[in-house]
Amino acid sequence: MKPHLLVGTSKGLVVFQPTADGWGAPKVHFEGLPVSMVFDDHRTSTWWVSLSHRHWGEKLHRSANQGKSWEDVEVPQFGGKLFQPGTIASLKKIWVMQGGGQHHKDRLWLGTEPGGLFLSEDNGNSFELVESLWNHPSRMDPNQWFGAGKDFPFIHSVEVDPLNDDHVYIAVSCAGVFETSDGGKNWHPRNKGLIAAYLPKPHPEVGHDPHRMLICKQNPSVIWQQNHCGIFRTTDAGKEWRLVSGPGGFPHYGFSLAISHSNPDEAWVIPAQRDERRIPVDLRLQVCHTTDGGQHWTTPDLGLSVPNFDLVLRHGFSNMEDCMAFGTNNGNLYASDDRGANWQTVSHHLAPVQTVIFSHVQ
Amino acid sequence: MPTIRFTAALKRFFPDLVDQEVNGNTVKDILVQVNQRYPGIQSYLIEETGGLRKHINIFVRGELITDRQGLQDELSAQDEVVIFQALSGG
Repeated sequence: MKPHLLVGTSKGLVVFQPTADGWGAPKVHFEGLPVSMVFDDHRTSTWWVSLSHRHWGEKLHRSANQGKSWEDVEVPQFGGKLFQPGTIASLKKIWVMQGGGQHHKDRLWLGTEPGGLFLSEDNGNSFELVESLWNHPSRMDPNQWFGAGKDFPFIHSVEVDPLNDDHVYIAVSCAGVFETSDGGKNWHPRNKGLIAAYLPKPHPEVGHDPHRMLICKQNPSVIWQQNHCGIFRTTDAGKEWRLVSGPGGFPHYGFSLAISHSNPDEAWVIPAQRDERRIPVDLRLQVCHTTDGGQHWTTPDLGLSVPNFDLVLRHGFSNMEDCMAFGTNNGNLYASDDRGANWQTVSHHLAPVQTVIFSHVQ
Repeated sequence: MPTIRFTAALKRFFPDLVDQEVNGNTVKDILVQVNQRYPGIQSYLIEETGGLRKHINIFVRGELITDRQGLQDELSAQDEVVIFQALSGG
């Protein structure tokens, strides 16, 4: 049975059911409210949703019955910690949640703006700021941690080594990638080989802009990232990154990323033109695919009309097994049930899509 | 006791919310009281740093409060306190 499709939009969470020929029968949760994050904790069959209310602040909700009912969960707090000298940190947005591994079923990681990583060991009933990262010498340096299109840096990707729950990578816009091997007690930058073309010195240890980072479950030494300055891949667990953008710079820039968890050489990206032109390359919405670790990229024709002005945000592209889906800032949603060989339109009438995930519903 | 009135928008999240009299000498006092009656409502109005959220307005005697950070505007028994969300587009 195909998984359900959960789509977080600026006007609510829309859940599509699998049908014989695609996905349909949408059900709307949090109608009219801006969804900032959606996470399916498949270990506990719990759905998590954060909302970025324009007036009321960031709120967190979970459902232990996959959307039949929701309960409020207290959002993490910074407890008076200083973001910078003279500025008290306060939660702006929840960007990502991640399960803490198969041997720690109550462990959850949560990444936020302004640059806070939180850890729960009780399935989200309480969260504690990971002070070892907060106190990392680089974090307080505005030359190393800084906002990218936002006022503050934010943690948008948390990836747990499937072989070791205490081995975790995070990605920060802007700062870069950090790794812990001891469950978050110590953190080390892992940005060698990345490029920060927007800085006078483009190879800093910290100061990079990964847009999205994913670890291969079948081979966790392989990690991919769609970065502000290209597509990068590491095959040695982050010791060194290698630029794998396409020849001639296509694909290169973009936000979203999907990878195969059975083939460490396979990935998909949805390119945009460049920083100051966040629209599709040649005004043509395209999904680029590689099966050789980024040495070659193919771009099958999606059959969509041109010109197209869709942008897919960093959490707007997802895959599970043979199913793939992406949603755009113009409220378009496309899906495939054959690993991207063929795509179908699920909706042209959603609100701007922030996040797309799949979930097997029991 | 001061009377407090709420924007109808809050009733989506707190369906039992009604205008009511609340004992207190400052805006902060009455928000603490309201939070006891409607647990969690304070987080909709107040940042974790203690100040009023940017897009929330509180009026006392028809005027915006002046102390948005400390919420120490004083109240008298006849005062009406009105909590609105700021107007916004989208």
